[in-house]
This record gives sequence, C-alpha cells and structure tokens, in this order.
Amino acid sequence: MASLEKTDRKTIAAASKMKKLLAGHFEALDKAKKEGTPKVAWCTSVGPAELLHAMGFVVYYPENHGALLGATRMATDVIPIANAVGYSPDICSYLTSDVGAYLKGLTPLTKAYGIQSIPKADVLVYNTNQCRDVQDWFAFYAREWKVPLIGIHTHRNIKAVEDYHITDLSEQIQAMVPILEEVSGNRFDMDRFREVLGLSLECTKLWRQVLECGAAKPAPLTFFDATVHMAPAVVLRGLQEAVDYYKLLLPELKERVKNGIAAIDGERHRIYWDGMPIWGKLKDLSTQFLSLKTNIVASTYCNSWIFDAFDPKTPFESMARAYTELFIVRDESYKEAYMDAWIKNFSVDGVIFHDARTCPNNSNSRYGMPQRMNDRLGLPVLVLNGDLNDLRCYSEEQTRTNIEAFIEQLEERR
Amino acid sequence: MHNLAGGVDVGSCTTKAVIIDCEHRIVASHVTYSGTDFECASRETWDKCLKAGGITQSEVGRVVSTGYGRNSVPFASVHLTEISCHGRGCLHFLPGPITVVDIGGQDNKIIKLDERGLRVSFKMNRKCAAGTGAFLEEMALRLRLPIEKLDDLARTADGEVPLGSYCTVFSATEVLEKIKAGHPIDRIVRGLFRSVVKRVLEMDTLTDTVVLTGGVIEHNHFLADLIREHTSTPVRIPPHPQIIGALGAALYALEVE
Repeated sequence: MASLEKTDRKTIAAASKMKKLLAGHFEALDKAKKEGTPKVAWCTSVGPAELLHAMGFVVYYPENHGALLGATRMATDVIPIANAVGYSPDICSYLTSDVGAYLKGLTPLTKAYGIQSIPKADVLVYNTNQCRDVQDWFAFYAREWKVPLIGIHTHRNIKAVEDYHITDLSEQIQAMVPILEEVSGNRFDMDRFREVLGLSLECTKLWRQVLECGAAKPAPLTFFDATVHMAPAVVLRGLQEAVDYYKLLLPELKERVKNGIAAIDGERHRIYWDGMPIWGKLKDLSTQFLSLKTNIVASTYCNSWIFDAFDPKTPFESMARAYTELFIVRDESYKEAYMDAWIKNFSVDGVIFHDARTCPNNSNSRYGMPQRMNDRLGLPVLVLNGDLNDLRCYSEEQTRTNIEAFIEQLEERR
Repeated sequence: MHNLAGGVDVGSCTTKAVIIDCEHRIVASHVTYSGTDFECASRETWDKCLKAGGITQSEVGRVVSTGYGRNSVPFASVHLTEISCHGRGCLHFLPGPITVVDIGGQDNKIIKLDERGLRVSFKMNRKCAAGTGAFLEEMALRLRLPIEKLDDLARTADGEVPLGSYCTVFSATEVLEKIKAGHPIDRIVRGLFRSVVKRVLEMDTLTDTVVLTGGVIEHNHFLADLIREHTSTPVRIPPHPQIIGALGAALYALEVE
C-alpha cells in the first residue's frame, strides 16, 4: 500500500561546481555579444556543435533556454504571445515560449545570471534530427536579425544507419564550412576540429558512465538529478570544462554505488521515463516520487546526449553517424529494442511515457508502443498527458493520481 | 479489534462514505455534495453515515480515504487512489477478470483486473472532461432540463440525433444547432448519452466482464444499455455503483485492520 511520506533527495556535491560552469557559459555569451567577438552561433541541442567550436564561435543552445523558461515557469505566461503572432499552441512549446519571451523582452538568464537578454546570433545552425520545429524556430530569428540560417536535414524513421545516410549527412555538414568561415572570419582547421571532437567524445563517454551508475541497486542518482547534471553535456560538449565536470561527478556517484548509498532512501520501485521532462513540474514530481520511494533510474531523454560514434580520425563522417544514430530519428523497432535493453539493464519494474502535447517527436506513446511493451515485457506502463513547457496542457491532479495509482499497482505486484 | 471499518470517497462532485462489518457487509452509507470544502464534506458525510447506521465512532476501526479529495480526510489513517478502490469495490461483487468502467463527475477511468484481482492496467481520461458527468450536467443546463430526467428521456426517445464533437463547449453549440433545426429534445439527449459512451470507448478496449461504476451510472442506467450495443462482453452494474469507491476503501481498511 503506497502512502505519502516526506523524504529528501540527496544533494550531489558536484552540483555547486556546475552552477559556476553554467554561469561562465552564459557570461561568455553575453560578453561576446557586447564586444562583437568572438561571433555567436546558435545551435540546436543535437546540432553540429563541434564544428562551431572548431570554427571559433561561442555556442548558444536555444533549447536549453526553452528548458529554463519551462523550469522557471515563465513559459506558460509567454507562450500566448507567440500564439498571438501565428505560432500555434500545438507546435513545440520550446519554440513558442522562446519566441514569446523574446517578443516580451524577458529571459530567465536575468534572474539567474544578471544577463539582460539572450545573445543575438551571428549565425543560426540547426539539425532537424530533433524535429522540423527547430528550423522554423531559427527561421523566426533569421528574419528578425537578418542573419544566415543554415542546417542539416537528417533522415527520419531510420531502421539501420546506412552508408548513404552518413555520406549525405557528412556532405551537408561540410557544406556549412564556407558560410561558417565567412561569418566567423576564421579558416576551417581540421586539427582543431579533431581536437574538439575528441573532447566531445570524452565528454559523452563520461556522461554515459554517469547515467549507467543508475543501474546500481539502489541507484545513486535520479532522473531529476540527471536533468540537471546533463547541462554540461548539452551546452559545453566539445570543451574541456565539460570533461572536467564529469570527471568530478563520476567518482562521487561511483563512491555512492560502492557504499550502497541510494538517491532515494528505501528505494522500492525503479522506473524508466520516456519522453520529455515536464520542466515546470520537476520539483513537484521529484517530491512525489521521493515520497513514494520510487526512483526514475533511466530515461530516453537524458540518454540523448550519448554519442558513441564520435571518432576524431573521421570527424565529419563520425559526427554524421553520431547525430544520426540517435534514438529520436529511429524507427519503432529500433526504439523498442533500445528501451528493452535499458529497462532490463536497469532492473526497471514500470515504465512511464510522457505524452508531451507539443512534442510529437519525443512522445513515443502515440503509435501503440506502451501496449506492445506491456505485452512483450509484462511490465506495467503508464502514459501521462502533459507537456514539456506549456502547463496549460497539464493537469496537476490527474497527473498526481495517475502516478500514485501506478505505484499502487507496482506495489501490488511486489 | 474493531468490528467495523470505513471508507470515504471524496469525489469532485459528491462525497461518499461506507461502513462495513467484518463480514464485508455494508451496514451504512451516505452521499453528499462535495462543495468547495473537502474536509468539511468528508466530516459531514462521515457523521451522517455513522448516524444512518446508528453507529458510534468508537465502534469503527480504520478509515481509508480515496478520490480527488483523499488527502483532505483528517480522520483517515491511509489514503489510496480511486483506481485501487474502485477495483477493490467491484471485486467484492464480481470475480476477476473484469474491466471496471467508472464514469465520474470530472473524470473517467478504465481499470483492468486479472483473474486474481490484480490490476493489469488503468487509464484515466485526458485533461478534458468530455464524456464525464460534468458533460451531462453542462448539457442539462443548456437544455434547461433537470439532470435526473435525462435517463428517462434518452431511454424513451424514438430516435437519436448524432453529435460529432468531443469538446463539451463545441457539443453545446452543436446541441443548440440541433434544437434550431427542430430535432426533438429526447433524441438529442440520447445523442448526448451516445457521446458519453463514445468517449469511454475511445479510452481503452473493453475486455472481460465490464463493470460500470460511478454516480453517472447510478442515475443513468440507460448508459449501460448503450454500452452493451458496442461490446459482446457482459456488462454489469453492481449494487450502489456510486459508492463502489468508498466500499473499496472500506474493504482495504478492513484488511489493514
């Protein structure tokens, strides 16, 4: 019988270092914008960041800004502003919240870091591996600022990554170089590119190991920790700082595993989370799962920044492969096999799918996957209706009851 | 050891209380409107339930609360979701495997239990209240009809006006259009009932014996007839479908006791 009890999530010591790292990241962007050098490139979360760093840009990730708008609960107030100028409430709420915030002249960076506005882009670089919305999102700013918009169009619904995918993607990435040279004023340097890719590879290997710590019983970290600690892998990959950060975090988690220290005392249930976080409700959800002694030990979302294929020997090709092997661009059969493996390795006893209203690409519950998973693995599954940022699509009580009822179901099976 | 146990189901619309004896028999029950103060509603309903059974508080052991306001019942020692309690309440009358369909004031639930009575799956309606009691209440208001008349009107209608929308607000507009077009009210009401059934059928498949619960079913048995038109599995209504959640909570309370 599940009952609510108050517990506290354990603090990860490395977090204090990360706050400084992120402050440094945003301050560098702000400084570059004010001084006009180095040039600022906007990049989608799984865009060709390594190439941009190699070309000497400071790199800004609007999806990270979208998540900040969600986490600070500013998003729901500014989304209607974008809706009013023609951006539908049914499209990506990162896009609508970011555009809405821009139109209103607001950013969560002000409160967090004292930065008055987002850094204006000198070039906008997208990869449609996430969705088509990123292209439309960047196109808004391209029109607004009259700056170049370039991108990579990734193949979608891929069963197996084929050579022709890699050839095509690699050529698309290479085709960006002349434009990036022109905007940055720097010549492309292959050695520098290899060096950056090497740092990204090191970062991603460490990030994978961080996430794999969650397989330990009890798990030393939660999904809610991972959504915080993934930040360097997202916004600082390709830089030494990200590598250094995970070299700090990983031993702390390994020490927890060695000593059997649980992120959630008395861990009773282990959940796999598929889909986007509900940024504006992370704290509430974390508290609820803690009180139910349930740990979300693995997720598709946090795994999205694992890029095993990076290889400095073949930078363009391996980058093309790494950004095409992603879960999000794969077909249902690949996704199911991928999730099955993580579920098995992490001793998961229930799966929660978040059906994010405005993020169809990251919502895997819409084509019968939960039912098939339930049949195949015999695991209880739950679909939560919500959204990454638009809390108008979220029902507090429905969600709370669904989660509580789900844990009661898991408890019944123990 | 007490001989009695209680369950309180604080729903969005009504609050239900049930007291059972150690033989699992219902010895008292009571239903009131929840209003806006759930704690007050739970106390009032519970006190009236005690009074209805001629029972004193000291005779009752544990009380389990459930429903939307389950956390607002200060005299409950444990709270459980209505998903668990509706399932448990239905198993009191019928063995598994069963599919429980609860049509509540603001949400619907489909709960599947296996032959051992263990839950296999559950689904609640999305954030939208289409197909719930709130939908019928809104439509009764639009049609200027007392809500308790809907069941008879739907049952005795000699036809049905189909309604296409699943949004409550759009349905209201559609109903007004149908009235303007001269369709008889009773046929429109049957169309509204059909709309509720369609919303339920969209949520999940109906497998095994279907057990209908909730206040909407308590007062609108004709919905069961309509559901039977859509499924070949038996469709049953347990005694007192509105208090099944509270009964389930009382049964859990007795188990803990």
